[in-house]
Amino acid sequence: MTIALSQFNEVRLDRVRREFGALNALRDVSLTIQRREFIALLGPSGCGKSTTLNCIAGLLPVTGGAIWLDKSRIDTMRPEERGFGMVFQNYALFPHLNVRQNIGFGLKMRGTPKAEIDRKVNEALSLVRLEGQENKLPGQLSGGQQQRVAIARAIVIEPPLVLMDEPLSNLDAKLRLEMRAEIRRIHNELGATTIYVTHDQDEALSLADRIVVLRDGVIRQVGTPKELYDAPAHLDVADFMGFRNKLKGKVVSVDNGRALLDVEGARISGVARESLSVGSTAYAAIRPDDLVLGEPGENALKVKVDTIEYRGREFVGTAHSEGGLDFVFRSHQPVELGSVVYLQADNQRVLVFAEPIKGRQ
Amino acid sequence: MEAVAPTTHIEHGPSLRQRLAARGFDAVTLLVVPAAIFSLLLFVYPFAFGFILSFEPKNGGWLANYQRFFSDSYLYDTIGNTLLLSIPVTLLNLLLAVPISFRVRLMRHQRLLTTILVLPITLGTVLVAEGLLNYLGPQGWFNRTLVTLGIIDQPLRLVHNYWGVFASLVITGFPFTFLLTLSYVTGIDPALEQAAATLGASAWQRFLHIYLPLLMPGFAITFCLSFVQAFSVFPSAVLLGEPAGTTRVISIAAYQAAFEEYDYSMASAVAMIMGFVQLAIVVLVLASRGLFYRGPASGAKG
Repeated sequence: MTIALSQFNEVRLDRVRREFGALNALRDVSLTIQRREFIALLGPSGCGKSTTLNCIAGLLPVTGGAIWLDKSRIDTMRPEERGFGMVFQNYALFPHLNVRQNIGFGLKMRGTPKAEIDRKVNEALSLVRLEGQENKLPGQLSGGQQQRVAIARAIVIEPPLVLMDEPLSNLDAKLRLEMRAEIRRIHNELGATTIYVTHDQDEALSLADRIVVLRDGVIRQVGTPKELYDAPAHLDVADFMGFRNKLKGKVVSVDNGRALLDVEGARISGVARESLSVGSTAYAAIRPDDLVLGEPGENALKVKVDTIEYRGREFVGTAHSEGGLDFVFRSHQPVELGSVVYLQADNQRVLVFAEPIKGRQ
Repeated sequence: MEAVAPTTHIEHGPSLRQRLAARGFDAVTLLVVPAAIFSLLLFVYPFAFGFILSFEPKNGGWLANYQRFFSDSYLYDTIGNTLLLSIPVTLLNLLLAVPISFRVRLMRHQRLLTTILVLPITLGTVLVAEGLLNYLGPQGWFNRTLVTLGIIDQPLRLVHNYWGVFASLVITGFPFTFLLTLSYVTGIDPALEQAAATLGASAWQRFLHIYLPLLMPGFAITFCLSFVQAFSVFPSAVLLGEPAGTTRVISIAAYQAAFEEYDYSMASAVAMIMGFVQLAIVVLVLASRGLFYRGPASGAKG
């Protein structure tokens, strides 16, 4: 392997700000990325994840703060001086250049000798498993192949940092899974440092070493996939991590890290994830997997079943309560539509969050 | 299959209508008829009429008009005169339009600027000619300013010569060239330039290796359309140029044959030659497009 990525210790975002007119797309985003890490920036559209990536790439100037690559400040440098490899959402392959020319473009711009370009391009082609396609134009390739060319083109310049902007969002579901594994394999083989933007939590959970959850231009939580999955710090992070049931209620008591909520007259107890005060509004967040049919009693709610879907090993249903709360639950046996049942959750699997602050701070 | 086909059954092929539809002819095809009639009456018929007329000279054999044109330097020089005007003008317009389009593409008040730039189209050639006669004439503000500032002693001769027509063709031709160029430039996915930048290409390299190759086919079309406009110059060549000298363009020769000598046959021959020269240049330029990539100018599958 002669594609040797240039090495460094860390990339540091120091209170990076980006304003678009009156809109604060990024507000004091600080983040340190270690060498060889795979970082996923996760969040809903408009949260600032792509803006962050474009600021790091140099395609958008920052309006405040600084970005450092070890000791050198890079946010004032032009994108062509930074030398980060970037994979675009629509691949942005040069339509008039064939696969070989596309991949070799960055090396050619650097004035690399022809023989070396050929050697490195061949290597990149084999890394992304595109041997035999080198003389085709991008328009003659499938979506997955175009994706591979885009990745090869970004890594062949041996960048310290590889930036990926939702690279899988244009692929169909099967190919997406395949390319996901490919991206992680390439990252590992090269010992690359990757920043990966996505709105798909599955992608983030399966690929990343650390996940950064953004919302409204603010970092909400940074952690390993397991940390985020098991212990989301806020309701919106929980929402992203698959806690689809968010039951609004009033705090009845808080005790030793546990909270008791009154949800439409029923008592729901769970693990308090934020500081809560008695009498305030709070949310009990429960994954559909943890909400199952049960008996009236502790942590049980009476609901009417709306839909029931067969999912192979089990059923997934939706239901609503008298008070109008919506539920998604799991069931091992089919449930009759319109029937009234009790849904129950283990109180260790229920997380309780304070009411999120509305709007932008 | 033939052998097992039931003999009691009479085979019907697809109806005429189905067979026509399979070749792309259906009721919608009829919508072409008005355009076809229009083109037939206003283009094909006059063209064919003029073509035949050009071979029926007043005197001499059927090629006499063409023989006369190519043996009289006063006539055949008009081809050179016209090309000498129209090709540099078209190239200059294109050369101006490209950087301006690249700038305008990024502007927020694009509509305003585009409107200002396009205004000369609406003015018409004659108004522009009038204006230039006043502004650039010996007593116009341009020369007077230069004289007052002491840059020149004598007023420059800017009208009633080659440069007067040149200036007028730039003013009236530029908006057209610019609009076409702008549409080609904005048609290129900006992500391509961003990708090139992250790969280390400087602004000039991005233009040279990404934009230029993708824009060449568009530039070729723009060149052809602008060239054809400039080649058929008539009013400004008469009003602003020296119609007996350097700006005696080919349309003047045709005009004189038709309305001064009343020789419609000769005028038709001149028009045919004019058409042929235009066609030759256009074919040459369009054929060169084959050297460049001509597919979609975007980085992804549509």
